Amino acid sequence: MKRFMNLKPSKATALLLGLLPFLIAGLFYIVASDLRLAENPNDKLLPSMASFSEAIDRMAFTPSKRTGEILFLEDTSASLQRLGLGILISAVLAILIGIPLGFIPFIRAGFSPFVAAFSMVPPMAILPILFIIFGMDEISKVALIVIGVTPLIVRDLQQRVSEIPAEQLIKAQTLGGSSWSIVIRVILPQIFPRLLDSVRLTLGTAWIFLISAEAISATEGLGYRIFLVRRYMSMDVILPYVAWITFLAFLFDYLLKKFTYKLFPWYKAGKDNS
Amino acid sequence: MKPFFKSTSKLLVAATLVMGLGTSSLMAEVKNKFTVSWTIYVGWMPWDYAQQKGIVDKWAKKYGIEIDLVQVNDYIESINQYTNGKFDGCLMTNMDALTIPAAGGVDSTAVIMGDFSNGNDGIILKGKKSLAEIKGQNVNLVELSVSHYLLARGLESVGMSERDVKVVNTSDADMVAAYSSSDVTSLVTWNPQLSEIMSMKDANLVFDSSKIPGEIIDMLVVNTETLNDNPKLAKALTGAWFEVMALMKKGDTKALTFMAEASGTDLAGYKSQLNSTKMFYDASEAVEFADSDALPKTMKKVSEFSYDHGLLGEGAPNAEFIGVEFPNGKTFGDPSNIKLRFIDTYVKMAAEGKL
Repeated sequence: MKRFMNLKPSKATALLLGLLPFLIAGLFYIVASDLRLAENPNDKLLPSMASFSEAIDRMAFTPSKRTGEILFLEDTSASLQRLGLGILISAVLAILIGIPLGFIPFIRAGFSPFVAAFSMVPPMAILPILFIIFGMDEISKVALIVIGVTPLIVRDLQQRVSEIPAEQLIKAQTLGGSSWSIVIRVILPQIFPRLLDSVRLTLGTAWIFLISAEAISATEGLGYRIFLVRRYMSMDVILPYVAWITFLAFLFDYLLKKFTYKLFPWYKAGKDNS
Repeated sequence: MKPFFKSTSKLLVAATLVMGLGTSSLMAEVKNKFTVSWTIYVGWMPWDYAQQKGIVDKWAKKYGIEIDLVQVNDYIESINQYTNGKFDGCLMTNMDALTIPAAGGVDSTAVIMGDFSNGNDGIILKGKKSLAEIKGQNVNLVELSVSHYLLARGLESVGMSERDVKVVNTSDADMVAAYSSSDVTSLVTWNPQLSEIMSMKDANLVFDSSKIPGEIIDMLVVNTETLNDNPKLAKALTGAWFEVMALMKKGDTKALTFMAEASGTDLAGYKSQLNSTKMFYDASEAVEFADSDALPKTMKKVSEFSYDHGLLGEGAPNAEFIGVEFPNGKTFGDPSNIKLRFIDTYVKMAAEGKL
């Protein structure tokens, strides 16, 4: 007997099934929005599709009246710069800290508890201190991302390094490798795809810190715009921005995954086997 | 079959919720339970006192209704919730009443104008002593708020415009920390942060709301439809309000201390904030203010500022798009799109002792 659990959808069906929830959600939205707008045509909570397209046209295709810039582009580029810089710094720091922590017992004994404790500090709670140290400009926004994300990646990398089989390390030593050359030749190549994986996982967290930082003090950025127009409940601007952020986050995740598998085919093979 | 049933019922609940979101808002009707949202601010602490000490309940009972005052931590959130029909009334400034509920198509009425800011909002420069020196600086403030309005009015007074400075949107909760940061040179904020910053090094107050008296008004706003169907609500609230005002006018230390502590300061701190707030302790004063010629002029300025900053919504072709009505029958803006009404009906009743 053919069981339901053994039926597999064809590619086209899978695509259709994948799209279905989006369509249903969209439909729900349109119905709810129509109902509210019928009652109060100026309602701002669930704007109609027409006001979305007006808002998108205004933000993304018409230069701003006040500054003459395309706000949407400004916001996106400002946010991406902050996010990119924050993630890059975090990743570099994570390699510099995570590998010695996982590899050298003396360093691990000395710093591991501190790193573990530090990673528990909620960065938002110490924000006033960050402002005073880093100022209110760009640095504090990048710093917030770095402080929020680095400990997570460091701890993950440390774990991965200590999981490398002892046999490998012993063999490398019998072949005459020094601690340094083992780090460069054995550890680093194996750890790199795991770093990228870890970055992928922390991207969501990085976005949260980015948006929070921009909500607190900024003159442009995706988070800034959302928190600014939230003051007068312009959902017609907020919802497209949220959709755009979601899309960007999705895109980064996808690209990083492709990049990792392209660069380290053995890593994908290892994953597929396990 | 059980899990299937469970998930289906969950879906149904979710669907009902979404539909409810669409239909539940603001069905006007005679009812006897009301909620009003409030947030912490010097001029609104009397509401907390009135609620905690049973004064609101007493007046509500007199009119056979129930009133619940709900404290919301985030000021804008409380206005948004009100605009969405979650509350029947809400405490807000005149500018926010125009740009949030009125611009959102929710017809609102200012039942009680409790006070206006008379120094509670100010522009601070670090190390510089006159407002003109603000030129070219970054100014940290809550963008599109009354602080932004105050800055525009201040710049106007020294012949400058917003083009002469760069506005940096900064959360009000972080203002004090922002001032400590070395790259912040000027900011606009309100009390209690204002007095906190003024006690710090090099802080100079170069402009404050006492120079534009009566333009930043703190008021109790009620949904017009709800109000018309339920005038009892306004009567009970107005009665409770002026009972507390009478206590404050006498300088009742117990009541003032209660309000001070509830707002996170002490009696001295609260009194100093009251000094920069023009409270209308007597109902007759409030009536006079509501009927004054200054009010329409103020609302004209506020409408123009709001329009220039896109706060009236994108459909707004000019500053007169939203109609505002005043007690003496005067209006500002489009008379066929009146969404904000100032009335003196209930404060007058209080003044005449008819509540």
